[in-house]
Amino acid sequence: MEKRVFFKGWWLPAILVAPQLLISFVFFFYPSGQAIWNSLFLPDPFGLKTEFVGLDNFRFLLSDPYYLASFKTTVIFSTAVSVSSMALGLYLAALADRLIKGAGVYQTLLIWPYAIAPAIAGVLWLFMFNGNIGLASYYLKALGYEWNHTLKGDQAMFLVILASSWGRISYNFLFFLAGLQAIPKSIIEAAAIDGASFWKRFGTIVIPLLSPITFFLLVVNIVYAFFDTFGVIHTITSGGPEQSTTILVYKVFSDGFVSQDLGSSAAQSVILLVLVGILTVIQFKYIERKVHY
Amino acid sequence: MKTIKAIIASLALFSMFAGTAAQAKVEIQWWHAFGGRLGELLDEQVNKFNASQDKYTVVHTRKGNYSETLNAGIAAFRAGQHPNILMVFEVGTASLMAAKGAYVPMYQLMKDAGQRFNPKGFVSAVSGYYTTTDGKMLSMPYNSSTPVLWVNKDLMKKAGLDPEMDLSTWKRVGNALDAAKAKGIDMPFCTCWHSWVHLENFSAYHNIPFATKSNGFAGLDTELAFNSPVHIKHIQTLGKWAQEGKFKYMGRRNEAGKNFRAGECMLMTESSAGYAGIKKEAKFEFGIRHLPYYGATEAPQNTIIGGSSLWALSGKSKEENKATAAFLAFLSRTDIQAKWHQDTGYLGVTTAAASATKKSGFYKSNPGTDLAGIQMMRNKVTQNSKGLRLGSFDQIRGIIDEEMEGVYNGTKTAQVALDSAVKRGNVLLRRFERANK
Repeated sequence: MEKRVFFKGWWLPAILVAPQLLISFVFFFYPSGQAIWNSLFLPDPFGLKTEFVGLDNFRFLLSDPYYLASFKTTVIFSTAVSVSSMALGLYLAALADRLIKGAGVYQTLLIWPYAIAPAIAGVLWLFMFNGNIGLASYYLKALGYEWNHTLKGDQAMFLVILASSWGRISYNFLFFLAGLQAIPKSIIEAAAIDGASFWKRFGTIVIPLLSPITFFLLVVNIVYAFFDTFGVIHTITSGGPEQSTTILVYKVFSDGFVSQDLGSSAAQSVILLVLVGILTVIQFKYIERKVHY
Repeated sequence: MKTIKAIIASLALFSMFAGTAAQAKVEIQWWHAFGGRLGELLDEQVNKFNASQDKYTVVHTRKGNYSETLNAGIAAFRAGQHPNILMVFEVGTASLMAAKGAYVPMYQLMKDAGQRFNPKGFVSAVSGYYTTTDGKMLSMPYNSSTPVLWVNKDLMKKAGLDPEMDLSTWKRVGNALDAAKAKGIDMPFCTCWHSWVHLENFSAYHNIPFATKSNGFAGLDTELAFNSPVHIKHIQTLGKWAQEGKFKYMGRRNEAGKNFRAGECMLMTESSAGYAGIKKEAKFEFGIRHLPYYGATEAPQNTIIGGSSLWALSGKSKEENKATAAFLAFLSRTDIQAKWHQDTGYLGVTTAAASATKKSGFYKSNPGTDLAGIQMMRNKVTQNSKGLRLGSFDQIRGIIDEEMEGVYNGTKTAQVALDSAVKRGNVLLRRFERANK
């Protein structure tokens, strides 16, 4: 049974929802409308003249094999970033949850990387793997492994995934730790008395009870991997080599702000908007069913 | 009525004061892309100008690398927050030229300001790049260089080679690389700006078109043409060297310069302007050679320039434009140009600066520093060796970069990569033509 509250009249509810509507309009509907409008034009970089081209920007994009390839790159990248950062976050949270001494210190240190902006994180990792001066590439070379992410696509992909996941591990750690601590100790203890091993308890009690948080983190991490990682990619690889690390949002950024092709960039934003909309519907419709609140 | 008159009077009085206040010093902004040693030398020029007179102040700001500076300038122009002077590298020239109304042409700026300015004083191989087909100079050449071959003589000796050996053709370079590899030299060859050196200059040097319509000088309907057999042969050679570990690719810009200055790379193709950094940092004996060519063609044609010119952006007050004109005229002075040429390895862009440098005996005491100038002006320029004027060329270079990376890592043959780069680049040229007709 759901509880429903009814307001008398319309002005009070209208005032109460107004701030949210206003924010949605200013930060979502207005820019989205602008993107859709701009996707129909071909302006020159300086904004001196513009031409209505209808759907030509979309035709231009969809006939570009590199654009189509970036869908696949995006799937690989987003999956790798979400899965690796969530798995490591959960692992560290499970360890930290069992700590008796010094838990505060470990937790603080593990949360630290989250405070670092993506672009800066990118530069840090780039330094370590730099072909000229990087420590990591130096040791890899000593081990006989040739590191050159400016030329090798798989290495470049590995590096951007590493740099993008790093800060997210902290974020996921934080939520998983809170989730673990919210699980009543009595349930775990009861299972232990019944003779269930650690892994048995973890698999049958902890994971299901963590499912709301896991679902939340899945959505948030995918959104992060889709939208917030272009700083990392820009600083480390600029989408190369051979566009092997050009994910959709990076292409929006680079075509719009680096190449000054605003028409194409707007068209890509529209495609991305539709795509993420579909993805979110799928997540809530099919995955959320398996979540126990 | 009286009150109105009083208001008008006081307004007039106020504006008089405001007028005197504005007469203080006119400040203009210059956005550029120079850091490191070049940034210091640029700062020196600005300080010298500011100290030389009391009417104008130039404030300079570094906006990142060449591409970033151009983009910052364009974005600022759209927002109405642009600087008076923008440094645009040669690749962005066509984009600026097409944006009529975004800049004040150089000849116009100088005329309006009553500044004495002689476009004929510039070396034509340089100024031609920035001049319309009917002879009007649109921007002021600032730094221009051309690619040369840099030699680490110590490593040559280590490879058992004569450091003064003939390296004029790619075949001879190949032999030297073989010897170096056999002696265990880790990085026999590296290059900066690979598209600029190995395709753009390569085309001019061998007198073959990089693009149709005189490399774009004769019209926006130009098409790329750098997938000829000669081009393919060269890029395939680079790919082969990369596979055999003789050529190490370090990045799209001048990343390899670090390796050369650190003494790791034996032979490097890089701009003559690598001179400033190499002279400062190299702890080995280095030499400068002409860019190699393929012996099968006759004597090489000439190489083309890279570097930047300064554009006066539009929408500024008359006073500020006067300041801009005064500063640009100052930069083209013979003493300033000669010093810049000798400090940096950039070409002397005025004929007076080049001859002043020669007279001072600089070339004699710094052997090799005159090669770039000779290489650029060795022959009468042809349709293929004037330079390039292609729209969206920064993005096309990006395409060339990534396709050539495919050749170096062995996933593509030179034929496939260059065909694909031409095809993809042409799409951008058509898009540019459409946006700018």
